[in-house]
Amino acid sequence: MTRHRIPPIAPSEITPEALYRRRREFLRTLALGLPLLAVGCGREGEAEARAEAAPAVPTGTPLAGTRNASLSTDEPLTAWSDVTGYNNFYEFGTGKDDPAKNSRHFHPKPWSVEIAGHAEVTGRYALEDLYQPTALEERIYRHRCVEAWSMVIPWVGFPLADLLKRFKPTAQAKYVAFTTLRRPGEMPGQNYAVLDWPYREGLRIDEAMHPLAFLAVGVYGRELPNQNGAPLRLVLPWKYGFKSIKSIVRIEFTEQQPRTAWNQAAPEEYGFYSNVNPDVDHPRWSQATERRIAGNGFGLFGNRIRTRPFNGYAEQVASLYSGMDLRKNF
Amino acid sequence: MAHSAPAQQPRPAPRHDLVARSKPLVFALCLLPLVWLTWDVWQGTLGPDPVAQLEHRTGDWALRLLLASLAITPLRRLGGWHKLVRYRRMLGLFAFFYACLHLTTYLVVDLGGFWTQIFAEIVKRPYITVGFAAWLLLIPLAATSTHAMMRRLGRHWQRLHRLVYLIALLAALHFLWLVKSGQKIAVREPLVYLAIYAGLMLARVPWRRQAARTARRPAAMQ
Repeated sequence: MTRHRIPPIAPSEITPEALYRRRREFLRTLALGLPLLAVGCGREGEAEARAEAAPAVPTGTPLAGTRNASLSTDEPLTAWSDVTGYNNFYEFGTGKDDPAKNSRHFHPKPWSVEIAGHAEVTGRYALEDLYQPTALEERIYRHRCVEAWSMVIPWVGFPLADLLKRFKPTAQAKYVAFTTLRRPGEMPGQNYAVLDWPYREGLRIDEAMHPLAFLAVGVYGRELPNQNGAPLRLVLPWKYGFKSIKSIVRIEFTEQQPRTAWNQAAPEEYGFYSNVNPDVDHPRWSQATERRIAGNGFGLFGNRIRTRPFNGYAEQVASLYSGMDLRKNF
Repeated sequence: MAHSAPAQQPRPAPRHDLVARSKPLVFALCLLPLVWLTWDVWQGTLGPDPVAQLEHRTGDWALRLLLASLAITPLRRLGGWHKLVRYRRMLGLFAFFYACLHLTTYLVVDLGGFWTQIFAEIVKRPYITVGFAAWLLLIPLAATSTHAMMRRLGRHWQRLHRLVYLIALLAALHFLWLVKSGQKIAVREPLVYLAIYAGLMLARVPWRRQAARTARRPAAMQ
């Protein structure tokens, strides 16, 4: 397999290390000024912190992708250390730092994916046969967690539709169901009945075929780290993060709406669609705003921003749901 | 503090009075979580979501100190350490202090420009409703914590300060209800606090009865 050795992050995007190191200095200034701090001052600080922030050195096997500029946001990126050190992946524990801590013994190679259900072509395929390394793209997407925090992440991967079409789904294929690997020996979180393992997610076929639906094999120009869903995960930027299922081993075309893990665990809290919607609150917290974890992992002030319908992707995806009551179909 | 009686000269702590002499130490211990938190802010070691950390840690310490103040009575009765009662006000006031930091963090640091959201949250979210109620109820207790107020309120003082039983319950529920539902692991921690609360409340029951009996005795002798 040929792999580009050049990381896809433009050199201009990488803040010089010296500047990056100064972020602490900035925070000290902020901390010293705390008693006097006015809101306006915090806002200024935010901009400064974001300008200075940069990914702490990404690690892992480089994996290049051509930037898809039209589908990428130019918002400040969430640092590599935050993307890979702070996330939910209950297969490795329920704490935000558990995935990074507990996924070291996970083996994402070799990997194969079973394609099943209403399609002309089905069977088990090695991951290497599912995409062309030379055709990989980089897309910078907003990521909105249902817990009301968000990130901006440069994924490397390929459109989900490209993969699905190769298997020629039939007219009966109304939905696509995805399943995560179940391997309690390497995924210690699966030893607890937190969810009904294996993790399952699903999409309506038109959602799955939408150009924004993305299968990631890398992040920050590197192969996906174990904690981020290695070696293959879904990325659905207009939906809450838990819809973007990780470490996928099975894709099935179904006629009925598939049962999904979170929806089954708490149907009144997590709907099948789970599109980002500031007007429909989670029963226990507001979805109107979110805390952006981007650029300034050290900043305390001014991280809260307004949540946009469909996470800011309404222009592209709203038509998928025209005529639907999004309060009922949350 | 403003509570020293006007007629009396403030007495220096006698050498043998361990409680009086250890109070500065307890005070410093109660401040440690804040020092530790300030250090983490300073060093930038609060992790990717420092705001959530600030909220969790100030909330944790408010609840812990509240439970510590509730532990005084059982420890006096069961362990016979009667002098412990003299630490109670400090523990209670520090609980209020951390509760204030907790609320301020949520309002100023977390919600920030969206602080008006708190009104909707208080109405709509049971966990915020009970948390806010717990903080509100702590205000009269903190305000009446001086010796002067104790004297002025007489036996009503104790009745008022029994509110702390409700406050600690609300605080523990505030923690329990904010974690994801159906998350057996995530509810473990708030359940531990609830269990401690239940234990501390249960430890009071038999002593109540005995106290009632002792109180009735003189009447029975007539």
